[in-house]
Amino acid sequence: MAVAERGRSPALLPPVSERLGPLAWLKRNLFSTWYNSLLTILVGYLLYVVLVPFFEWAILNATFFGDSKEACDFDGACWALITSRLGQYLYGLYPVAERWRVNAAFLLLILAMVPLFLPRFRHRLLYACGLVFLYPPVAYLFFAGGVFGLPFVETAQWGGLFLTLVIAGVGITASLPIGVLLALGRRSEMPVIRALCVVFIEVIRGVPLVTILFMASVMLPLFLPPGVTIDKLLRALIGVALFASAYMAEVVRGGLQGIPKGQYEAAMALGLGYWQMMGYVVLPQALRMVIPGIVNTFIGLFKDTALVTIIGLYDLLGMSRFIIQDPKWLGLAAESYLFAGFGFWVFCFAMSRYSMYVEKVLSAGERR
Amino acid sequence: MSGKGAPAIVMEAVHKWFGEFHVLKGIDLEVAEQQKVVICGPSGSGKSTLIRCINALEDYQQGRIVVDGIEVTKDVKNVEAIRREVGMVFQQFNLFPHLTVLENLILAPMHVRHMPRKEAEELAMQLLERVKIPEQAHKYPGQLSGGQQQRVAIARALCMKPKIMLFDEPTSALDPEMIKEVLDVMVELAEAGMTMVVVTHEMGFAKSVADYIVFMDEGEIVEIAPPSTFFTSPKSERTRLFLSQILHH
Repeated sequence: MAVAERGRSPALLPPVSERLGPLAWLKRNLFSTWYNSLLTILVGYLLYVVLVPFFEWAILNATFFGDSKEACDFDGACWALITSRLGQYLYGLYPVAERWRVNAAFLLLILAMVPLFLPRFRHRLLYACGLVFLYPPVAYLFFAGGVFGLPFVETAQWGGLFLTLVIAGVGITASLPIGVLLALGRRSEMPVIRALCVVFIEVIRGVPLVTILFMASVMLPLFLPPGVTIDKLLRALIGVALFASAYMAEVVRGGLQGIPKGQYEAAMALGLGYWQMMGYVVLPQALRMVIPGIVNTFIGLFKDTALVTIIGLYDLLGMSRFIIQDPKWLGLAAESYLFAGFGFWVFCFAMSRYSMYVEKVLSAGERR
Repeated sequence: MSGKGAPAIVMEAVHKWFGEFHVLKGIDLEVAEQQKVVICGPSGSGKSTLIRCINALEDYQQGRIVVDGIEVTKDVKNVEAIRREVGMVFQQFNLFPHLTVLENLILAPMHVRHMPRKEAEELAMQLLERVKIPEQAHKYPGQLSGGQQQRVAIARALCMKPKIMLFDEPTSALDPEMIKEVLDVMVELAEAGMTMVVVTHEMGFAKSVADYIVFMDEGEIVEIAPPSTFFTSPKSERTRLFLSQILHH
């Protein structure tokens, strides 16, 4: 054979990767042929036409401070709306003097979560479960008050980004455990449990969230005995949590199906019971596999919380609509909605980046 | 069948069907304590199903299996009691990929036997020494070779201090150069007096270790004989045919 006859070939070095200067890069990627050049010029022109006026409007000609839209330059964005009403965007109609309670509760949550990020902390899962059960009542005491000399603030006054975070937070923390239970139930060998889970998941997933929220706010009171009322926010929270759980269940089920049968058999052969097998062997692998799907559901849920405006709750989007109805700021829809959109984007983007980080950490070293 | 002790496993007229398919057709088998039994036979003969019935990974429809004095039934308590005493090693290793080697070993002792972590780790390290890979304790299974993974799997099963060990084709998924390191561990285990039921085609292992060899075909036990007579003067034509197929290449 030719290879044998050639004898020892010189050691091959990997090809030197080319380093292009900016001009050469431009030529190769943007102006390589006449039609690429044409496209580049066309797209450049379009960007110029769209971005430059936007930049002028949003930054150069914008007014950042003022008491009403009279203070604003007609040519530019009126960010004075945001700066003067920032408190309402963040807290809704929560009494100004009590807003520190919201901050304190969120600060408390952040502090309580610190141990979860310590690498040498052994009982992370147990701690997280404790937090899930203990934090909500504590937070409720802060938010609603009525005890320890804190004035009562009814949930109708909760609003803005604060309300968005409350709804999304409850939805996210409730949907994961409920979703896992539903997914396990759907794969259970007990027919009654399996049937219940299938019906629940398929019914909830087959209905738009808007419908569930409407039913929760309009129909549920009809079925309750007169005189009994359930707080509107609570009803929305339950609706959102159940809705997200059904989606989460299907995401988790996808992960469960990806676990080879041998893993179950090895766990059983070692004498592990059902919950031990699921808790120590199956779920850690299954959940890890579907982190992108889980975070996708979280992000979808976070944005879906905006739908609560239609049952009269003032979340971030609801507040941005509410504020521009003030005669002082009438007609500033663009600024208000842009700001709300930016608020949602910041949180969703942060979740997305965090999930990528988690995936990287979890997969490090584990598989070749 | 020398040195017969108390029965560790008794199977009486065990029948099993997968749907319409009759996999086990009246299996009678007795394994005494400290005995080593090798089960062989063509693929689809029901040998894997047979040993998976012993620790209730498969159920059976007729007959009786008694393991270490406990009858194998569908009752969860019974099944868990049996699985605590019976270790199993699989063809595909089935290590838990999200746990390190050490964590793989201590999982069951800690959560099933309620052993304190420190004690479980000490035991695990002893067993890793025994299978000659203590230096791999903190690696993940994916970083090990097949032979190393299978030795970890053996150590993991031993960590539960089982009275009986089941091996389901432990070397079939290994590259040839790794088979010996796994067989060496199994031979050592046999010499230490473990009760073992091994499904394998490694006839060298069978010859040197087995008290008797069980040949299965089409869901039946065709022949049971000690290695001395099994290889030299098999009684059944089917056994002779099988042996000629696996020994002559």
